[in-house]
Amino acid sequence: MTLKKHVKAGLSALALSIAVSLAPTATAAEDPIKVGILHSLSGTMAISESTLKDTMLMLIEKQNAAGGIEGRMLEPVVVDPASNWPLFAEKARELLAKEKVDVIFGNWTSVSRKSVLPVIEELNGLLFYPVQYEGEESSENVFYTGAAPNQQAIPAVDYLMNDIGVKRWVLAGTDYVYPRTTNKILETYLKDHGVAAADIMINYTPFGHSNWQSIVSDIKTFGSQGKKTAVVSTINGDANVPFYRELANQGLAASDIPVVAFSVGEQELSGIDTAPLVGHLAAWNYFMSVDNDANYDFIDAWVAYTGKDDAVTNDPMEAHYIGFNMYVEAVKKAGTTEVNAVKDAIIGVSVPNLTGGYATMMPNHHITKPVLIGEIQDNGQFTTVWQTPSTVAGDAWSDFLPGSKDLISDWRKPLFCGNYNVVEGTCGGKSKVAAN
Amino acid sequence: MSILRSLTQLFVVCCLSLPLLAHAQDTREEGPALLQALAEASSADKGDVISRIAKSGDERARDWLAAFADGKLSRIEDSGQFVIVLENRGRNWTVADALTGEPMGEVSRRELDTIRINNALRRELDSILSVIDLTVNNAERRLEAARALRGRVDAALSKRLAELLPDESDDRVRTVLQDALAIYRLEQGDITAVAPLSGSLNSEVRAALTSAARSDDPKLVAAANDALASIEQKLKFNRAAETLYFGLSLGSVLVLAAIGLAITFGVMGVINMAHGELIMLGAYTTWGMQQLLPGQPGLALVLSIPAGFLVSALAGVAIERSVIQFLKGRPLETLLATFGVSLILQQLVRTVISPLNRTVITPEWMSGSVMINEALSLTLNRLYVLGFALVVFAGLMLIMRKTRLGLEVRAVTQNRAMARSMGIKATRVDIMTFALGSGVAGLAGVALSQLTNVGPNLGQNYIIDSFMVVVFGGVGSLWGTLVAGLSLGTINQLLEPWAGAVLAKIVVLVFIILFIQKRPRGLFPQKGRAAEG
Amino acid sequence: MWLTRPLSERSTQLFLGILFIAMLLVTVLHVALPEGHALHVSAYTVTLLGKYLCYALLAVAVDLVWGYLGILSLGHGAFFALGGYAMGMYLMRQIGDRGVYGDPLLPDFMVFLNWDALPWYWQGFDMAWFAVIMVLLAPGLLALVFGFLAFRSRVTGVYLSIITQALTFALMLAFFRNEMGFGGNNGLTDFKDILGFNLRTDATRLGLFLATGVALAVGYIVCRAIVASKLGRVSIACRDAEARTRFLGYRVERVQLFVFVVSAMLAGVAGALYVPQVGIINPSEFSPLFSIEIVVWVALGGRATLYGAVIGAVLVNYAKTVFTGIMPDAWLFALGALFVLVTVFLPKGIAGLLPSLRRPKVGDDPAAPGPGHDPGYDPDHDPDQAADAQSPANREATV
Repeated sequence: MTLKKHVKAGLSALALSIAVSLAPTATAAEDPIKVGILHSLSGTMAISESTLKDTMLMLIEKQNAAGGIEGRMLEPVVVDPASNWPLFAEKARELLAKEKVDVIFGNWTSVSRKSVLPVIEELNGLLFYPVQYEGEESSENVFYTGAAPNQQAIPAVDYLMNDIGVKRWVLAGTDYVYPRTTNKILETYLKDHGVAAADIMINYTPFGHSNWQSIVSDIKTFGSQGKKTAVVSTINGDANVPFYRELANQGLAASDIPVVAFSVGEQELSGIDTAPLVGHLAAWNYFMSVDNDANYDFIDAWVAYTGKDDAVTNDPMEAHYIGFNMYVEAVKKAGTTEVNAVKDAIIGVSVPNLTGGYATMMPNHHITKPVLIGEIQDNGQFTTVWQTPSTVAGDAWSDFLPGSKDLISDWRKPLFCGNYNVVEGTCGGKSKVAAN
Repeated sequence: MSILRSLTQLFVVCCLSLPLLAHAQDTREEGPALLQALAEASSADKGDVISRIAKSGDERARDWLAAFADGKLSRIEDSGQFVIVLENRGRNWTVADALTGEPMGEVSRRELDTIRINNALRRELDSILSVIDLTVNNAERRLEAARALRGRVDAALSKRLAELLPDESDDRVRTVLQDALAIYRLEQGDITAVAPLSGSLNSEVRAALTSAARSDDPKLVAAANDALASIEQKLKFNRAAETLYFGLSLGSVLVLAAIGLAITFGVMGVINMAHGELIMLGAYTTWGMQQLLPGQPGLALVLSIPAGFLVSALAGVAIERSVIQFLKGRPLETLLATFGVSLILQQLVRTVISPLNRTVITPEWMSGSVMINEALSLTLNRLYVLGFALVVFAGLMLIMRKTRLGLEVRAVTQNRAMARSMGIKATRVDIMTFALGSGVAGLAGVALSQLTNVGPNLGQNYIIDSFMVVVFGGVGSLWGTLVAGLSLGTINQLLEPWAGAVLAKIVVLVFIILFIQKRPRGLFPQKGRAAEG
Repeated sequence: MWLTRPLSERSTQLFLGILFIAMLLVTVLHVALPEGHALHVSAYTVTLLGKYLCYALLAVAVDLVWGYLGILSLGHGAFFALGGYAMGMYLMRQIGDRGVYGDPLLPDFMVFLNWDALPWYWQGFDMAWFAVIMVLLAPGLLALVFGFLAFRSRVTGVYLSIITQALTFALMLAFFRNEMGFGGNNGLTDFKDILGFNLRTDATRLGLFLATGVALAVGYIVCRAIVASKLGRVSIACRDAEARTRFLGYRVERVQLFVFVVSAMLAGVAGALYVPQVGIINPSEFSPLFSIEIVVWVALGGRATLYGAVIGAVLVNYAKTVFTGIMPDAWLFALGALFVLVTVFLPKGIAGLLPSLRRPKVGDDPAAPGPGHDPGYDPDHDPDQAADAQSPANREATV
C-alpha cells in the first residue's frame, strides 16, 4: 500500500510539474523588443531555412550594435518547428502566447504559412514571410516580402517569349500548391498570348523526385518539334540536382532548351556541380552577383558573421533584410511596438533593397521588387541578363485566375479588406464574420 | 598556345580567303577597340561585334570569344583593362590580361565588370566556334562541331559549309555536314532535301521535317509526312529500348541501396533503420575525398569506393557493438534503437558538416552519354552505376558462397547454437556480417553521389524503397533482392509515361502489398530452418 | 458488462484517477486563476496538453495491436490521418462562405484549382453525424480490407510491418496529389468552428481538451476490456504462439482482424480530435517516419501495458516541446539517444520501472511479470517466430 501511495504521489507530482513548467512565466514586456524566429532547424526544410535563422541573428546583432531601435535592444527568440507543419502552429502560438514576441520572422513552405496563419490572426501577431509564393492570400497580420507570381513568373515568361522567341513551353513542377498555382497562372497567360494548348506540356512530380530519366526524355521529344522550346521549372529543392544532371547527361544544353527556374538560388547551386547547368536561367528579385555596394557590404557582413569564406547569399535572405529594415522603420515611425500601430505605420515605408533600388510596403502587404533574370555561371552564381526597367508591386490576387481576378487587397482604412471584390463591391470572408 | 595559334591561322586562311598574315598584323592594333565595342554594345548589337571579331583574323579571337561565351571576359572598372578570368570562385578572382595573355594574379570581384552574354549570343558564338573547329586537324572534334551545326545553318553558313564539304576527308563528318545542309535546304522549302534526310533519327532532322510538314506546299507536306512516318517506326523500337534502360537503371539504384539491407536484415534479422544513413556516409565520403584531392574528381571517386566501404563498415561496427549486440533476438526492437541512431547520424552530419547539400563533381568520363544511334543514347553516369551494382552483387555472392566468412555467416544464420558448438565465433561473425552489410551501403552511397543530392536527407529517401525491395524479393535471398530491384525499377518506368511519376510509385507500392498477400515470404522464400530468421 | 469489468482493476482505477485529476487540475488552473498568475495554465498549454492526449490515445491504439496481438504496425499513422481528414473535411465544410473566395460550397483550395463542383466523396461532410461516422468508418474500413487480406494470407512478423509501412507511404503519396481533392501538400486548414463553437476561443479549446481526455479514458477502458475478455486472451495467445493457437482450433485471423479494426478506429478518433486542436491536417501525418515514432513512444512507455503507451506518448512529446525550444540545434541528438538508451537498457520501458502496480495474479497479462517472475523472460523475444520455426506444418502452409 505504501508503495502504491508513493507511486501515486510521484505520478501526480510529475503531472503537476509538467503543468507548472508548461505554464507561462510572467514576462515584463518592457525593455527588449522580442523578435521570434520561426525557421526549421531540423528535418527536410533545415537545408533552406537554417541560413535564414542565421541571417536574422546577424541583422539583429547589427541593429543592436547600432543601438537597437530608439534605444530598445532586440532580443531574438529562436525555436525549431522541425519541418513539421502542426508544430509550426504550435511554435507560433508559443512565440506569441508564451514568449510574447513583438514580431515573428519565419516560414518557408506554403503549408507552414497556412498552418500558422490562423494562429497569427487569432493572437494578432506580426509575421514577415520571406519566400516567393503562390499569392492568393492577404492577411492583415502577414507581410509578404518574397515575390508574388507577378513578380517572378510572368516577367520571366515575357523575357523568354520576347527576347528568346520561345514558342513551346514545358511547365514542370513539384506537386504542391505553389507550382500548381504558378502553372495555372502561366497557362492562362500563355493562352492569352496566343500559345496553342498543344504547345504547352505540364508535368508534376513528387517531392524529392530523383529519377528524371523518362521525364527528361519526354521533354527532349517535346522540344524536337521545330519550335523553340523552354522549360519553366517550379521544381522544388532537392529534386533539382538530379533533374539538371539528367538534362546535361541526355545532352539538353541551355542553348537548345533553356530551363528557367523559380526555386533555384545561389544556395541550391552551392550543392550542385554547376558545370552542366551553365546558361540555364533563374528568375529572382536578387542575385548575389548584383553589382552594388549595399550588396557587397551585405555579403561581407554575412561572410564575417558565418566565418565561412564561401558563404552565399540568396533572395529570401534579401527579403528578410528588407523585411527587418521595414519593421525597424515602422517601429520608429509608430514610436511603439504595439502590433496595430506598427501594422498601420508600415504601409508606405520604403527601405533600400540590395539591388540598388527601394522596396516599398504596399497596402496589400506585399512589397515592390525589381525582377531579374539571371543565367547560371560555372561558379554557382548568376549573371543578370535582363531586368525589369522599374520595380513591380506584388499582386496578392492574380489577374489570371478566374476565382481571384476581381479581388483586390487594401489594408488601409476605410477599405481595410484582404479580399475586396471590385465587381460586387463586397469584402469576402473575414469581414462577413465581423458583420454577423 | 602554338597549336591554337596555328589553328587560328588555318581558320583565317581557309575562312576568309583574304591576304592574311599582313592583315593579321594590322588587326592586332584593332583588338582593344573590338573588345571595347563588345563591352559597350547593347545585347542586340553584340552579334555584329562578335562577327567582326571572328572576321578580324586576330589570333586571339578564339580565346576572347571562348572566354566571352563562358562569361569570363571582364573589364577592370578603374583602368578599363580587359582581362580573362581564369578562376572565379570566392570573392577574389584570378585573371589574365586579355590582350597579352599575361597572368595578373587576383583581383577583387568588386573591381571587375563582366561583359554580359545571354543564350541567344551564346548560340551564335557556338556556331562561330564550331565553324572554326570544322577546320581543325582532329576528326572527332570536327564531327562534334558538325553535329552542333545541324539545324543552325543560315544562308552565309551554308555557302561556307558547301566550300568545306569537298575537302572533308572523314566520311562521318561529311554525312553530318550533308545533313546540316539538307536541313537548311528543307527550311528553305526545297523538296529534294527530304530524300537524303528520311532515314535519320536525329532530333534536328525531325524538327525540320515537322516544320516542313506544316508548310503550305502540299507536295512538301506529303513528302515530309512520309519521311516522318518511317522515322517514327524506327523511333518506336528505340523508345522501347530506352524505357527498358531507364527501368534497369532505376532498378540498379534500388538494388544497390537494398543489397546491404538484404545482408543485415535478411541474413542477420536486424531491422536497421540507420541503413539509409550508412548510405549517406558513403556519399559524404565521396565528397570528402574530392575535397582532399582537389582537381582530380575521377581519382577521388575511384578511391572513394574502398574509402566509402571502410567508413560505413566502421560506422556499422560501431552501431553493432554499441547497440545491436544488446538486442539479440529482439528483431523488432532493433528497429526502434536504430531509428534513434539514424536521427543522431543525420543531425551529426547537419551539425558537423552542414545542413546544406554538398557538391560532388561528376568526373569527365562519367558525364554525358554514349550514343547507340541518333535517337538512343545511354547516360554514362547511370550506365556506370548499373555496372557497379552488378559488380557489387557478384562480389557479395562470391563472399557468401565461396569464402570462409560466407560459410560461417550462413551457418550462424541457420542455427546459431549449433554453429557455436562447431567452434564458430558467433559474435565475430555478427560483427563481420554487419560490417559487410554496412560497407555495401557505403558503396551505394558512393554511387548515389553521382546521381542525386549529397545531403543529410539522402538516406531517408531510400530507406523505405530498400525495405520494399528486400521484402518483395524475399528476406535473406540476395538473388531475390537483385530480381526484385530490377523488376520494380522496370515496372515503375513502364508505368511512368502513362501514369505519371506519383501514380506509378503508388501502383508499385499497392502491387507489393498485394503480392505479399499472395506470397507472404516474397519472391524467393528461404527454405529450411532459417526461414523465420 | 464486459465493458465495465476493467473499472474494477486497480491499474485502470489508478490510471483513470490520475487522468481525471490532471484534467480537473488543468481546468481549474486555467479557469480560476487570472492570467499572469504563476500557476495559471494558458490556453496555449491547454491545447498542447490536448495534443498530447490525442497522441496518447493513438499510442494506446498501437499498443493494443503490438502489445497484445504481436503485430508491429508501422502504418498506424494512416488510420490517424484518415480520421483527421474526415474531421478536417467536416471543418472545411463548416467554413461555408467565409473562405477567402466566399464560395458557399467549395473549399478555397478547390476554387483555387478551378474545380466547379464538390467531388462525391465530399458530400455529406457538412453534417456532424456523418463526419463522426466517417471518422470511425474510413480507418475501420481500410483496416478491415487490409487486415482481411493480410491475416487471411498469414502475413506475419516483419513482412506485415513492412507492408503496413508501404500502405501508409502509398497513402501519403496519394494525398500529396492535388487531383485527389484533399488539398494536396497544403492539406486542410483555416478552420473556423466546430459544432457551432468558434475554434479560436479559449472555451472551445478547453472543451476539446476535455473531450480528448474523455475519449482517452473511454478508449483505455475499451482496450482494457478487450484485453481482459476471452477474445483478449486468445489474442495474447496469438501473439505468443500463433501456430499453436491455430491448432487449438481458434480462428486466429478473425481475432486479429477484430482487434486490428478496433485499434484503427481508435487511431481515427485520435486523429479527429487532433485536427481541430492543431488546426491543420496534411499528408505528412501519413509519413512512415511518424508511424515509427508512434511505435517508439509505446516502446518507451512500456509495451503491453496500455498506460505505458500513454506515459511514453506524453513524455516524448513533452520532451520534444521543451527541447525544440531550449536547444533547437541539438534536440534530435537527445531524442535519438533517448530511443537508443531506452531500447537497450529499458526493454520493458518506463512502465517496467513500476513493478508494484502489478497484481501477482495468475493468468494476467504476461508481458508485465509480477514479482517472482523469471527476470530473464522477455515478452518481446518473439516466441511466435520460434514456434513457427519449429512447426514445419505451419511453414508448409504459408509458403
